[in-house]
Amino acid sequence: MAALRSSSRILSSSSRAAFRPSAVFARSMATVSETEQQPRIKSFQIYRWNPDTPTEKPRLQTYSIDLNKTGPMILDALIKIKNEQDPSLTFRRSCREGICGSCAMNINGQNTLACLCRIPAESSSDVKIYPLPHTYVVKDLVPDLTHFYKQYKSIEPYLQRDTPAEDGKEYRQSKADRKKLDGLYECILCACCSTSCPSYWWNSEEYLGPAILLQSYRWLVDSRDERTAARKSKLENSMSLYRCHTILNCTRTCPKGLNPGKAIAEIKKQMALGA
Amino acid sequence: MNAHRLGLAAVRSASASTPFFSQTLPRSLLAATLSTSSSSSLSTPSLKRPITTQKLSPEEGQQVLANQRLNRPVSPHLGIYKMEQTWFGASAWTRITGCTLSGAAYVYFTAYLVSPLLGFHVESAALASGFAALPFVLQGAVKFALAFPFTFHFINGIKHLVYDLGVGFAKKDIILGEKLLWISSLIGGGYLAFGL
Repeated sequence: MAALRSSSRILSSSSRAAFRPSAVFARSMATVSETEQQPRIKSFQIYRWNPDTPTEKPRLQTYSIDLNKTGPMILDALIKIKNEQDPSLTFRRSCREGICGSCAMNINGQNTLACLCRIPAESSSDVKIYPLPHTYVVKDLVPDLTHFYKQYKSIEPYLQRDTPAEDGKEYRQSKADRKKLDGLYECILCACCSTSCPSYWWNSEEYLGPAILLQSYRWLVDSRDERTAARKSKLENSMSLYRCHTILNCTRTCPKGLNPGKAIAEIKKQMALGA
Repeated sequence: MNAHRLGLAAVRSASASTPFFSQTLPRSLLAATLSTSSSSSLSTPSLKRPITTQKLSPEEGQQVLANQRLNRPVSPHLGIYKMEQTWFGASAWTRITGCTLSGAAYVYFTAYLVSPLLGFHVESAALASGFAALPFVLQGAVKFALAFPFTFHFINGIKHLVYDLGVGFAKKDIILGEKLLWISSLIGGGYLAFGL
């Protein structure tokens, strides 16, 4: 009944509108009565740096927005600030649901995806937003991840085999072997973990970092891959793998709930036992 | 559902009567409205782009990028990351305690080596008698300054041996392990300093 009633409202209002073409956009749906709400003002301190004025030091800029008129996530707040207050604010975003990894940034001291991080509405303190730590800044919250991607390329992240498939169609693996890839293939390479790692801060030139090592393990543990020995021998040096000191900031920060620290420990175990 | 459709159709037919949303409007006209060039009389000032762009060859673009890269700042790290994971992390304190222990050993051994030349005594007997002369609180403080680095380094060392087995990597285990490490090493250090 309720549906009928509401649709009849639409009909009546739109047919009225049809006579007055100028009023096409008059609200035809039922409107929520807008009671006056107390504005909940939240301040965001955001890292700013502009490549057009490179001599100016990076600074924090404060923006205040009303949480009643904002979505629940940090990304909603950033988009609102960019739309309404400062179009020059620069950040990466795409999927807004934690699957693309574009909006990785440091929020209140911890790396995470802005789209998966709720605005802490209870606390009255300002939200501080920085780009991913110890990265070169392209502009504002946009870090330069070129080296990160080059490192990813260096581990040859694809299936390598010499023998053809037995049935000539597909490479099969047991359910148990497939299960080993769970918690590894979900990684979206947002670089939150790598840029949370102090070892990676100081040695990013040579140390691969947790994200890349997690991927490295993903191919080491894949039963269909036949280059395990070659992959391991590439890690057999003091820098690529063994700069990991099990600080475990990576596991603590991963916005997807994966465990790079565990993956690295498994690589180390494999390397030590020769398994 | 059908009623909704009907409603929508009514809205559509109403909007069709306004020229802007009509399907019959030629695309070229629409494009002219949205384009930056103001040749057409249709273009309204509000739709003009406020900025002008500059044409660059790929090489020039590369040069601009290279020049930008020379000036890029490094984003802040130790200064802004969560303190409990950097300054108060077990990793940093394992280094600090390790350096304290080995540093104290080096200082003592060097002092022992040069003591005959400089004429002061750091043999066991001399140290024991000198230490006994100190007030109890100071004795405890000196002992704690050596005992805490030992217990912390030792217990975290064991924790890392467990990590090497691939055990204890769940997030809650990590946090629990860190708490246990601090509590046990502080209590252990306190016991070695004041209990013995």
